Amino acid sequence: MDLETGIFELYRKVATSLPPDVEEALRGALKRERGRARYFLEVILENIRIARAKTLPLCQDTGIPIFFVEAPPGISEQRIREAITRATRRATQEIPLRPNAVEPVTNTNSDDNTGREFPIIYFRSSQKNNLRIDLLLKGGGSENVSQIYKLPEESLGAGRDLDGVRRCVLDAINRAQGRGCPPYVVGVAVGGSVDQVSLLGKRLLLRRLDEETEAGLSEFETRLLRDINSLGIGPFGLGGKTTALAAHFDYAHRHPATYIVAVTISCWAHRRGRLIWR
Amino acid sequence: MKPRRIQTPLSEKDVRKLRVGQFVLINGYILTARDRIHRFLFEERPDRREIPFELEGAVIYHCGPVLRETDENYRFVVGGPTTSARMEPYEWFLIKHYGIRGIIGKGGMGENTLKAMKEEGCVYFHTLSGCAALLADRIREIQGPWKEEFGLPEAMWLLYVEDLPALITMDSEGNSLHRKIRETSDKALRRLLKR
Repeated sequence: MDLETGIFELYRKVATSLPPDVEEALRGALKRERGRARYFLEVILENIRIARAKTLPLCQDTGIPIFFVEAPPGISEQRIREAITRATRRATQEIPLRPNAVEPVTNTNSDDNTGREFPIIYFRSSQKNNLRIDLLLKGGGSENVSQIYKLPEESLGAGRDLDGVRRCVLDAINRAQGRGCPPYVVGVAVGGSVDQVSLLGKRLLLRRLDEETEAGLSEFETRLLRDINSLGIGPFGLGGKTTALAAHFDYAHRHPATYIVAVTISCWAHRRGRLIWR
Repeated sequence: MKPRRIQTPLSEKDVRKLRVGQFVLINGYILTARDRIHRFLFEERPDRREIPFELEGAVIYHCGPVLRETDENYRFVVGGPTTSARMEPYEWFLIKHYGIRGIIGKGGMGENTLKAMKEEGCVYFHTLSGCAALLADRIREIQGPWKEEFGLPEAMWLLYVEDLPALITMDSEGNSLHRKIRETSDKALRRLLKR
């Protein structure tokens, strides 16, 4: 199998199935819910089953493809970029994916999911001898409800500390309501610049939902999740105890003048996958 | 939670009977319309004769489907709802000017839409967010598109549906489940932000 085919197969897996930890979290949420909220979770699990059995996209919004590439020395970025572009065109035709790349000046759809900086590709060099490619298919609905805050934020009583961060997260989720398809997966990142925290927040979405966080931060994540779930927004935003499946937190050193918080939100159809290329 | 089966197109009388909290199964034809169609209808106000589908009494679906091109036309692959809130600036006009009686989407809509729904007789059907593969089973036929130049997901398509499941979350009496849930979560938020 060549790299293009490998990436194409990654697309197919990510568009038509969910990682086991996400499905497990949805199944776990069933125990907490009754009535309407429980019914919606059952419907979600049924949708996952149908998509996998028929190899159909789980959601019609097959998202912005976001690639996180970790390449060992000696592999050219250009070669990977070209393989991604070809695999994207093929996936759009064959899976199929919805053509989602729209040029914003004339609003013309490129019809093949490629365009200027589309798909989004982040490169990092790696000391391992394998090429590692993570793919997120990130839906537009949940992207639209993600937020950036600059602390202090007086309207939320949010100062420059973790309690301030918590306030931002709760405000973002409360504003999102059901518009981004809850139960959500939430990535929260703090740092000194807007671009950096946005990317850190996105990278958090690659974590397994049951992954251990570094010591000292996991209590904060538990608190975030508990508070989010006491908002009562629930599956589809139609009420219930499960507004989020997980909240992940990370930070970067900041500047004395800035304390920027990114609240990055993903829908329940949290489509991520990894290709290890030997 | 026994669902009520409804048939499109809808009359004002049909719609006035529907209430928030009822589960329904939608049958008949529905029309997809999302961002660009909404803006186009709002700004250009094309004459009904220029539109190949009947909008009077129609149910529109906030949806940009995944399609597969075949020799003659397109095949519907999957299609769930998109976020309705983006259509809020335009929807009241579509209800008033074109006589839309039902809107299928997700996430709910705002006060201007709710007001138009009350005045004209129209309801909001919340369908299954993100469940495009499951909903695809309920689509029997596809016709169109109209306004192909908007791109395939943004064009208008006519779909024949059988038992498309939805929950009524906004009705013609001015009730909104979305408003109620927002009030509950606002209250919870104030409690969580108290020092």
